[in-house]
Order: sequence, then C-alpha cells, then structure tokens
Amino acid sequence: MNIHEYQAKEILKGYGVKVPRGIMAETAEAAEAAAKELGSEVVVVKAQIHAGGRGKGGGVKVVKGVAAAKAAAEELLGMQLVTHQTGPEGKKVLKVYVEEGCDIAKELYLGMVLDRATGYVTIMASTEGGTEIEEVAAKTPEKIFKKSIDPAAGFMPCHARSLAFQLGLTGDAVKNAQKFIAALVKAFMDTDASLAEINPLVVTGGGDVLALDAKMNFDSSALYRHKDIEALRDVSEEDARELEASKYGLNYISLDGEIGCMVNGAGLAMATMDIIKHYGAEPANFLDVGGGANAEQVENAFKLILSDPNVKAVLVNIFGGIMRCDVIAEGILKAAKAVELNVPLVVRLKGTNVEIGRKMLDESDIAIISAETMSEAAEKVVAAARG
Amino acid sequence: MSILVNKETRLITQGITGANGMFHSEQCLKYGTNLVGGVTPGKGAQEVLGVPVFDTVDQAVREAGANATMIFVPAPFAPDAIIEAADAGIEVIVCITEGIPALDMVGVKRALSGRKVHLIGPNCPGVITPEECKAGIMPGHIHMKGPVGVISRSGTLTYEAVGQLTELGIGQTTCIGIGGDPIIGTSFIDALSLFKDDPETEGIIMIGEIGGSAEEEAAAYIKENIDVPVVSFIAGQTAPKGKRMGHAGAIIAGGKGTAAEKMAALEEAGCAVVKSPADLGKTMQGLLK
Repeated sequence: MNIHEYQAKEILKGYGVKVPRGIMAETAEAAEAAAKELGSEVVVVKAQIHAGGRGKGGGVKVVKGVAAAKAAAEELLGMQLVTHQTGPEGKKVLKVYVEEGCDIAKELYLGMVLDRATGYVTIMASTEGGTEIEEVAAKTPEKIFKKSIDPAAGFMPCHARSLAFQLGLTGDAVKNAQKFIAALVKAFMDTDASLAEINPLVVTGGGDVLALDAKMNFDSSALYRHKDIEALRDVSEEDARELEASKYGLNYISLDGEIGCMVNGAGLAMATMDIIKHYGAEPANFLDVGGGANAEQVENAFKLILSDPNVKAVLVNIFGGIMRCDVIAEGILKAAKAVELNVPLVVRLKGTNVEIGRKMLDESDIAIISAETMSEAAEKVVAAARG
Repeated sequence: MSILVNKETRLITQGITGANGMFHSEQCLKYGTNLVGGVTPGKGAQEVLGVPVFDTVDQAVREAGANATMIFVPAPFAPDAIIEAADAGIEVIVCITEGIPALDMVGVKRALSGRKVHLIGPNCPGVITPEECKAGIMPGHIHMKGPVGVISRSGTLTYEAVGQLTELGIGQTTCIGIGGDPIIGTSFIDALSLFKDDPETEGIIMIGEIGGSAEEEAAAYIKENIDVPVVSFIAGQTAPKGKRMGHAGAIIAGGKGTAAEKMAALEEAGCAVVKSPADLGKTMQGLLK
C-alpha cells in the first residue's frame, strides 16, 4: 500500500526521524494559512500524489512569502500532474503539502527495502541524492553503499556508523545521520514497510540531517496488524475498476489493450496476457479470480471486464484444479444473461469437471467460441477482436 | 526416483480441522498420500478423515512417525506453525498459507538456515510426486509418473505445464510450486540442485515470473551445474512496471525484474526459453532423448 509524502513524514516524525515542519492543505486559503503559521521566509508547496518525479513534472514550487504560497497552491490544486510514473494522463492534485524551506548543504540518498536475494532488510545510502537511484545503480554502482540487517542480531549501530562515514559526513552530521538511520530502521520494522525512501536526505549548513522527501510503501499482508496505517489509504489515488474489483475479492489491474481476460491464478493470468500479445493483440487487463471463486465472483469479474470501453473481445482461461469448471460455466452463463454481452467471448476450460462445464456452455443459447488449448484460445480471441 | 516426497513420506496437515485443511487433506488421502494425521492445538485425541488429530507437531512425530507437513493455518499463525514443525524435526514443510507478512518470513527463513529442513512456500500449491505422494492443493489427476521435473513460482500455470506434458504422454518425477512471495523457503536453485541429484529426472521445466532476481540466479546455477535439458517460460512479459500482478513478489520495481532480462539470462545459460506458455510441453518433448 502507498501513502502520501505528508503521511509518511508524519509517521517518521513519530519515530524521531527529523523532517522539516509542514502542513497539508486542500485549498489555496488553507495553504496560505499554513505558510503564515510556518513563518519561514522560504516555503515549499508540494503536490501530493502517489507518484515519483513530482519535482521534474512541475509539482513542487519553492516560493517566498505567504501570497506566493497561496498562488502556488492555486496553480497546483486541481491540475493533472504528469510525471514519468503517472502515465501520459497524469494524476489530479487534490492536496498540497506546505513545508518550511531549509538550508541545504548536501543532498544524499537513503533507502530501505527488503532484499529478496539475501532475504534481509537492506539499508542503501548514496552521495547522489535527488536523482533516481535506479540511474545511479546503473551508471555508478560504486556510489551506492549497502548494509543488510541480519534478523538474528537486528539493527546495530555499526550499520548506521559505517554508512555515515561512507557518505563522507563529518562533525555533527555523523552523529545526526546515525540517529536518523536508527530511527528510520525502527519505523520501517515497526510498520511492516516494504519500502522507505528518503530522497533527498539533506545535510544542512549547521550539520542537521533531515528528510526533504519521504516515500513509504507497506506490506499489504501485514495491514491486519496496522489499522492506523490502513486508515491512511487514499482511494482517490486508485484506479476505479481496481478498487471495485478488490470489493469482490478479485485481483484486477487495468491495462491499455483490447482483449479482456478472466483467468484463475496469477501466474496463468500473466501467461494469458503474454500469449495474447504473442498472437499480436494487447490485453485490456490482468484479472485473477483466485483459486476458489464462486459463480457470483465470476459474474462480477465479467461485469468489470465489460465496463472497460476498450474491450473488443473477452477470453476466459480456466485451469480448474480446486476450482471446478462447472462452477465457472455457471458464473459465465449468469453474467452473460445479467449484462448485455456485445463482444465475442472465447472460453477455454480445462481440468476438474471440464466435460460438465463445456456441456453447460454448449447447451446455452449464448454465442460462445470454445477452445481446447491456450494457443487456440488466444488465436481465436485475437481474430474475433479484429472482427 | 523423485525429490522431497515419495511413498515413504508420512505426511501430516497442520490446521487439519479448518475448512481448507480438511478439504485438501481429504484430496491428498484420495490421491493415495500416506497422510498419518493432523495437528490442531486443543483438538488432540479426535479423529478426522480416519486419521488422528494431535495437539502438537512433536506428538505427531512421536506417535505417528510424521516426517512431512502441509500447513493451512491462517497467515498470522503460519510462521509459528513453520517453526513448530522445524523444531519437531520435520524435514519437509509445505506452507500453503497465503498472505504471511514478509518481515515475519525474514525471521523464519533466518531461523531455518543451517538446519536440515526444506521449507516449500509459503503461498504455494505444494509438491507432488505422481502416483506416490501429493502434499499440496494441486489437482492430482493431471499428473503422471515420468522423467520431467517441474519447478514453478505459480500454481495454475504449473498445472498448465503439467497438463501439456501428460497429454503428450510425458510424466513427471516431482512437481514443486515454490510460491509467489518475496521471501520463500526453497528457491529455484535449491529445487534445481535436488533434481540434479535425481537420476530419474531427465529434463526440467522451470516457470518463472516477473519480479526479483531468482530466475537470473537460477540461470547462473543451471549454466554451471545442470546437464539435462531445461525448458523455461517467464510469465509477465506484458506486465507494466510498478504494478503488482497478483503475487506479492510479481512486480517490476525500479525497472528491475523484467521478463526480458530473465529470458535473456536463461537463454544465455543454455535453456530453451519459450515465448508462449503453450509451447512448454512440446518443446520438452523435442529435447528428451
């Protein structure tokens, strides 16, 4: 799960991570009041959307004075902010974060992730702050320093100490960076984060170390024990169809193509998208109905697929293991009756109770193109979409 | 021969009295698996499906000679169940449970390192040695005994590959679903090294997916160590960046973990990489002597 910068900073602050003072605002007037309250000469007005690259996209305004802060908020609020992570349509800005400016002497990078290769949580630091860390990793990997945290001993001061010295810090900044890193690690572990990124991490002229930006992602499997974090979910940032799907326990991701697909199992669902592409078309979505879907879920899945105006044909690919093909067939028939099926439908059923399922579909009065294998199904659905 | 489980396996189910545990235990029994009992704390001394229920895994080991387990307990309690099984001396632990917090698995994996135990999963379909032992939720009837080992991060896509093999008359030594989570017990390399030592495995199908670097690591291992033909498919060639495709581990993050990188690494290691999942079976058929 993703949250906004202002929310991440609030969480981090609670753990003793130093952040600049700031106030979230949803109107230009509130932003004006926030700037007044902060009282600093320079204020930064930052668009709050769940995507990186806001600075480059024009979503961060550094201004002087309260009136300028209001004007900046007016400009940002309501705009469609386009960054390299939002896609060409951009994301609508509904909130801004008004923050005091600070005296930047150095911009560094600090991140934490779960390293799948080692199975350990890893802290990454780099002198190349403010730039994309992927770019640094690709071009100058020697500028990224890493420390893995062995869960047997947990986080140790040496982890932070060696990173602080590797970053070339001196004087007070060394101690402040150690404190910062220790607090960030505590926040990461306590909240079941999957990512924490401070980019840039700023060292001020006075040797203070603080988070100029903050990004946190959380492990959705762990949200059951973090109700406070779950409450920070901003559904306005999510795709409407994906949100609808999650209500029915379906796993749905919107894509740009023209072939709607409904599949059981995430791996097979990805493979189905791939085989559609292999035959020259593009999938309109990823949809995994799961291992034990009932007829009602199948019906809802169908409605979701058909609510996408780009869909020109639908492919159902089910390998019934635990899931019985007759249950799937029942769901398809119900859905086809409930919604007007005005695009071609190709169904490939395989596995448990496949004969019963196929018979149900064959005997119905719904026009269904059936297929035996995955390749046959993909070929047929691509042909059908082209009419 | 086979790997991990066979007709000597004495399987138990942790969480046998729950709906899922019960249903799949019954399916395993029907398949002919030697299921010797189940564990549900507080429900010991009962009998379900004709097998005894124990309060602890330790009891199941002592009284029923259990040497493998299948875990169905809910995610918040699954790490505890894994450690309980390992502490009781169980050597093959199959964790079916989905949705275990990743940081919990970091600790569990560390705790198991250096011990003589194979953890399969979590969030996996399990492991099956056809006609001998089914320790998982896969449909047994699509499998047949034969020379091909199957390793996969996904469930139904594994069934697809197995289904293709069986239809071509090619059986399997053992099929393992290693699971779709970021932190898993048995890796591709662990499974490959087990197949390497199995003289009856004459070919391997390895099915990966986007996210992480496990396939690249496996490719390096295959190049140095595996002499039998390996056919591979990577799911998610069309997946967009930054979107989690169902599995917690299936995400292209920071531009890393793309299908293209994985396919190139596997090809370089001498694997037959198929672009279409429909070609897994027939490609293996062509490579088997």
